[in-house]
Parts: sequence; structure tokens; C-alpha cells
Amino acid sequence: MASEAHAETPALREQFDTEEQQKDASTLGMWIFLITEIMFFGGMFLAYIVYRGANPLVFAVASSSLNVYIGAANTVVLLCSSFTMVLAVRGAQLGQRQTIVLFLILTLILGGVFLGVKAYEWNEKFQEHHVPGPAFHFEGLPPELQGRAQLFFSLYFAMTGLHALHMVIGVGILSLLIWQARKGTYSAAYMTPVDVSGLYWHFVDIIWIFLFPLLYLIDRHLGK
Amino acid sequence: MITAAVQEREHYLNASYGIKSWLLTKDHKRIGLLYLATITFFFFLGGAFATLIRVELLTPQGDLVSSETYNKLFTMHGVAMVFFFLIPAIPATLGNFFLPMMIGARDLAFPRINLLSWYLLVLGGLLSLYAMLAGGVDTGWTFYTPYSTSYSNTWVIATALGIFVAGFSSILTGLNFIVTVHRMRAPGMTWFRLPLFVWSTYATSVIQVLGTPVLAVTIILLFCERVFHLGIFDPTRGGDPVLFQHLFWFYSHPAVYIMVLPAMGVISELVSVYSRKPVFGYHFVAFASVAIAVLGFLVWGHHLFVSTQSLYAGLVFSFLSYFVAIPSAIKVFNWTATLYKGSISYATPMLYAFGFIGLFTIGGLTGLFVAALGFDVHVTDTYFVVAHFHYIMVGGTIMAYLGGLHYWWPKMTGRMYPEGWAKLSALVIFLGFNLTFFPQFVLGYLGMPRRYHVYPPEFQVLHVLSTAGASVLAVGYVIPMIYFIWSLRYGKVAGANPWNATGLEWQTASPPPAHNFDQSPVVTHEAYDYSTVLGEVEVG
Amino acid sequence: MTEHIDRVRTYALVFAVLIALTVLTTAVAFVDLGPFSVVVALAIAVGKMLLVALFFMHIRHSTRLTRLVVLGGLLWLIILILLSLTDFATRTWVGVPGR
Repeated sequence: MASEAHAETPALREQFDTEEQQKDASTLGMWIFLITEIMFFGGMFLAYIVYRGANPLVFAVASSSLNVYIGAANTVVLLCSSFTMVLAVRGAQLGQRQTIVLFLILTLILGGVFLGVKAYEWNEKFQEHHVPGPAFHFEGLPPELQGRAQLFFSLYFAMTGLHALHMVIGVGILSLLIWQARKGTYSAAYMTPVDVSGLYWHFVDIIWIFLFPLLYLIDRHLGK
Repeated sequence: MITAAVQEREHYLNASYGIKSWLLTKDHKRIGLLYLATITFFFFLGGAFATLIRVELLTPQGDLVSSETYNKLFTMHGVAMVFFFLIPAIPATLGNFFLPMMIGARDLAFPRINLLSWYLLVLGGLLSLYAMLAGGVDTGWTFYTPYSTSYSNTWVIATALGIFVAGFSSILTGLNFIVTVHRMRAPGMTWFRLPLFVWSTYATSVIQVLGTPVLAVTIILLFCERVFHLGIFDPTRGGDPVLFQHLFWFYSHPAVYIMVLPAMGVISELVSVYSRKPVFGYHFVAFASVAIAVLGFLVWGHHLFVSTQSLYAGLVFSFLSYFVAIPSAIKVFNWTATLYKGSISYATPMLYAFGFIGLFTIGGLTGLFVAALGFDVHVTDTYFVVAHFHYIMVGGTIMAYLGGLHYWWPKMTGRMYPEGWAKLSALVIFLGFNLTFFPQFVLGYLGMPRRYHVYPPEFQVLHVLSTAGASVLAVGYVIPMIYFIWSLRYGKVAGANPWNATGLEWQTASPPPAHNFDQSPVVTHEAYDYSTVLGEVEVG
Repeated sequence: MTEHIDRVRTYALVFAVLIALTVLTTAVAFVDLGPFSVVVALAIAVGKMLLVALFFMHIRHSTRLTRLVVLGGLLWLIILILLSLTDFATRTWVGVPGR
């Protein structure tokens, strides 16, 4: 064990004794960050449960106005991006620079596709007056239930919006990783940034895995 | 000359000079001092608001400020004190400085994230400060909807965003501490050799990490409702304001333990070192910290007894609230048992520790009163509640914070504070505190509601007493401020271990070298083993 | 800690199952299962979460501490939801308006 503070290198920072200790610390740090994210989204999941429990029918009707095929396709896009991400991490574990760059770029593109589709969906909502606010109108619901439908769309926009914000941050992180990977920063010995960014990306994927059924798939058989 | 002797050796303060060497530092000790300066500013800012509140309450009429201004005063007092002083107070200053040293590490696991979290606190503080200067905010520090979303026309957004950003600071500090305690302990520093301050700071970090994100999302939803017209808490669209209260208190009740748990850790250190005995029932005190952190998350509904929360939920939350008393009482009893047959010295930090134990006990026991469903209906939103939480936060946290600051001041600066003045100010603070807040228990029991600046004349005597106490308390807080600054230049030079304490932080020079230890320590004995250090505490 | 490098085959298989589950959950949503449609949708989502967490996030190779952290996070989410529901689920029991 090194008794003195040693010189800082890109691979090993001065506060750590060994690279293993450093890698463990970074991984643990990212997992702790992810549980803060669980609690962050947890607040909205609670709101969803409470309001869906109070307004089951309005939620089913409002949910049926979402395009389930676009939602499912976007889920597939995001799962593909997780797959490419895990292959990028694998490339980093093996120290294959080309592989890392290739799969990170693919992940970035898929993330961009997801966000593009999301933007298209949001734009549709604006045209259909399904955005909460004074101009909100949901056809086929009596005036006294319009507010309840707004409640569903408030949750829809808050949840998908904050999820999209996490995606945007993820895209930023990916861009940074690609730039660094091209320079050859990462090797089999030092790939922690790729590894922990992968954890973040998969976590954002998991959030969507729950958002998709909760927002798009409520009692479809009633709505159609 | 004294100064010459100190400057010969290189330490963290003279390792580099200039503003840049501070603003870009990754040294946890320097970051601790940056926090110290920041929270001291917010403490006196919050204190200024408190002064205006107490002056206004001297007379039953609303003659100094308007009702609107008064609403802003108590809101800004709460925001400044809770989010920018109490929550960062002990963990971010004393914790930042001493947690790595106490476990024998060179630094925290993520020094750059540590610096980032200071910048986030400053940024959040500036946002909230901007809101205060631009016109203030009047929702109360709790931001209850729908007033905060639909009706208040004050600076809700800027203040709430400031708190949101400061919340990230708190999360990152907690994350950093958890990883550091898990991964950075010196060889031989097992979990049950950790000083109890580390245990309680660790438990605090767990709360910060699990609770703060819920506050963050609550603020985001509030923001979306005010700015983008989403309707999640809007009753006109079927939303439920009580849901806001659930989410808010899911964080804000555990936040009380973010404030008081590290304080308990400080007290464990002080009680042990000034009675020359290991803490009685070390394992119980350590686990009590964890128990408080866990139980603290199960009781938030007792803030909602008079809302439309279901009676059954009220029963559950009331019942669970009593459980928090168990680990809290374990701590108080174990500190007392530590004193038993100890070789007690009445140094200034010990005076603060005595103050803490007494005042925390009163605050905790009145907490049991208000956790009882029936009694709470009687005293909800009265000065009884105000007095209760000030006994915990001011009588508990600030007492321990000042005690810890005195205890570790020689290590942080290499200088002793003047003992006589310090004892005097400890006494003044204790007397001033009780004179300020004890009458508020009586006021509240008699029915004086909180957040009103006009009141029936029969309450005036007690209000005058409280204001008089606040003046004494203010003097008590200014004295340490002056002599601490004075001691930086004129204080007696402190040795490496002026208290003959056992912690690793005392095994290195004062002030410590930039990397804390000249040689990485190896731990071979339990915490608080006074057979390893000779001699008694010298009181000047 | 020894580094585990999974085979591409493993990842591809997990990925294929994830896609299949997505198709399944979408299809099942159009079938009238009564109250069980929520249960099925959530069960599939949990299954997908487990696959992503265990394989893509390498939890099956991770330390006990990491697993403890994850379980702790999930437990706290359950605390948040369950204790809040003691209120929302029992509001109407008393039968007094506003209580």
C-alpha cells in the first residue's frame, strides 16, 4: 500500500491507493446516484398511482388517445440503444477502441431517434389541444371531467418530459465519451467512465420500461 | 515569535496562496472552510430576518411591518436557516473537514464533486438571495399548494429553484460521504472502530441521498404547475394538495434528522473526550444513528394531522412517530452514562454538549406531545410547535455545531480560542435561547397561532420576554464570531492534540498537512481508547 | 474484483427476450383481463427491469454492497408509496366529508 500521496495520473487519482479501489468507488457512487433517481421518479409514480386510483375511467379514456404503436416502437428503439450500449461497455472491457466508438455512436443515434419520436408525439398533443392549460380540450368527455383528463396529461408531460431530460443529459454524456474514446483515453485498464455511463443509460431505459405500460397501455380494450 | 514557528511547517493553509487556490481547490479541508464562510453568511442573514420578526412581535399591533412583509419575513427566515444553514451546517463544514481525517483518508472519494457541491450550494443560495432582494417570497418555507402555485404573486419560482439546486449539493455531499466511508477507510479502521461522528454522518448521508430527490421532484412539479400550467396539485382539476404535503414531508421530516443526527455525532465525541471515557454502549449509539435514519422516513404523516389526511393514516403515523423516541432516548441515556464516574472537565465544547443534551431532551419530549393525535389538534400551527422545533434545531443543532466548532477549531486553524470569552458566550447563548423559546411553549399552549404578527394584548408579556431573549441570543452568537476571527492572528498556538483526544484527526499536526497525514495511519485499537493518549484535558 | 466479460450471445439473447416482452405487453393490453391487465403489464415491466439490471447493468456480477444499495433504493420507493397509500386508500372509510 502506498503510504505517501503519489502523483496524480489520468488513470489513478491521488486520493486512492489502488485502481481497484478507484473503480469500486466510482461504481458505488453511480449506483447511489441511481437510487436518488429511483426516488426522484418515485415521487411521480406515487402521484400517478394516487390519481389513477381516483380516476380510473378518465385515465383509461385519456390514455387511449396516445398512439400505442409509436410508444411500442420507441420502446424498441430504446432497448436497441441499451443493447448497443452494453456492447460498447464490452468493447471497453476488452480495450477495443474501434468497437467502443462504433457502439457509442450507434447508441447516440438511437437516443436521438427516441428523442425525435418523442418530439413528434409532443407536437401532436399541442395540435390536439391535449396540453394542460387554458386551451385544453379532450373530445368526448363532459366538461366536469375535462380537468381529470388534464390530470392525466399533466402526469404524461411531467413523466415523459423528465425522462426526455435525462435522455438529453445521456446524449451529452455519450458525446463526451465518443470524443474521449476516439482520442484513445479508454483501455481495458481504465474504462470506468464508459462503465458508469452505461449504468446511467440503462437506468433511463428502465424508467421508460415502466412509463410505457403505465402511460400507453391502460385498459386499451375499453378505449377502442 | 509565535507566528514564525507556525509558518515553518507546510500545511493545507499555506500550501498555496491566492483566490484561485481556494476557488479551484479539491482539498476537503479548504472546501470545508468555504462552506463555513457560506453558511455563516446565511446564518446571519436568517438571523436578521428573525430579528425583524421578534421586533415586530414586541407589540400586539402590526406597527413595524405590513402583513405581507411579515409573511415574507418568516418565509425567508425559514428558507435561509433550513436550506442554507442547518442542512449543510455540520455535515458540509465539520463533516467535510473531519470525516476523511477521522477514517484516515487523504481526501473524500470524489474531491471534484465535493467542490461542485459547494458551488451548487452557492448558486442555490444566490438564486434564493436574488428572490429575497427582488421582493421576497411569502408562502412559508413549506411552499404549500395551491397557494404557492396559483395565488402567491411573490418570487416563488426563484426561491424554489434555489432550494432545488441546493438540494443537489446536499445529495452529492451525501453520496460522496457514503462512498468515502465504504471505500476509503485506513487499514485497520473497521466499522466498529469508527468514531461515532462518522457513524452519525454516514446515517445522515443515507437520508440525504434517499430523501432529497423527492423534494427535488416535488419542486419540479410545483415549477411545472406555476410555469407550464400542469395541474398535478390543482384541486380545480382533481389534483390533491395533500399529495404535495406528503411528498414535501417525505423529505422534510427526515431533513430534521439531517440536521440533528450529525449534531448527535458531535456530542458523542465531546462527551467522551471531556469525561475521559469511551462512549457508554458504543454499538447502541452507532446503531441508534442508523435506526433514526430509517425510522425518520416512516413518520412524515404526523405533519398532516389536521389536513384532510385519512384518520387511519393519522393513527399509523402517530404510532410510528413514537418509535423515533427509542433510539433518541438510547443516545441521551448513553451520553449520561458516559458522564458517570468520568473525569469531567468543563471546557467550552463540553458546556455546549451539556446545553445540547438538556435542550434536545426538552425538544424531543415535546415532540412526543405533538406526535399524539389528540394533543396535536390543540397545538397545531401554534407557537408550541414553533418552540418545539426551535429546541431541536437551535437548541440541538446549533449548540452542537458551535460545540464542534470550538472543539475542532485548534485543529482547523492551529490556534486556540480564548477560553474565558468562549465560556461566557456559551452561557449567554444557553440563557438567551431559553428566554427566547421557553415562553413560546406557553404562548402556544395558550393559543397564540404561528405566522401572525397581530395578536391579543394578553400575549404581550410573553412576547416581550421572547424578544428580550432573542436579543441576548444575538449577542451570544456575535461574540464567538469576533473571537474566532481574533484568534486566527492572536490566539495561542495549539499543539497537535490539545484535548488529548483519541481520534485520528488529532494524530496529525495542527493545522493538518495538505494530505492530512505525513504517513498513512494504521488503526490498531477501538475508538475512544484513552489508554493510548496520556494526560488530562487542560482547561485554560 | 475480477472482471466478468459476458459473451455477445448472452447479451443478444437478453435483448431478444426484451423485444419479445415488449411485443407481448403491447398485445396483451388489447385483451380484456379485467383488473389483471395492470398486474400483467407491471409483471412484464418488472421482468424487463430485472433483465436489464441483472445482465446489462451487471448486477449478477456485482458486489454485495451494490446489491444492498439497489435493494435499499427499491425498499425506500415502496415505503414512499405504501405509507402514502395508508392515507389515500383509507380516506373514504370514515364517511365524514373532508375526513
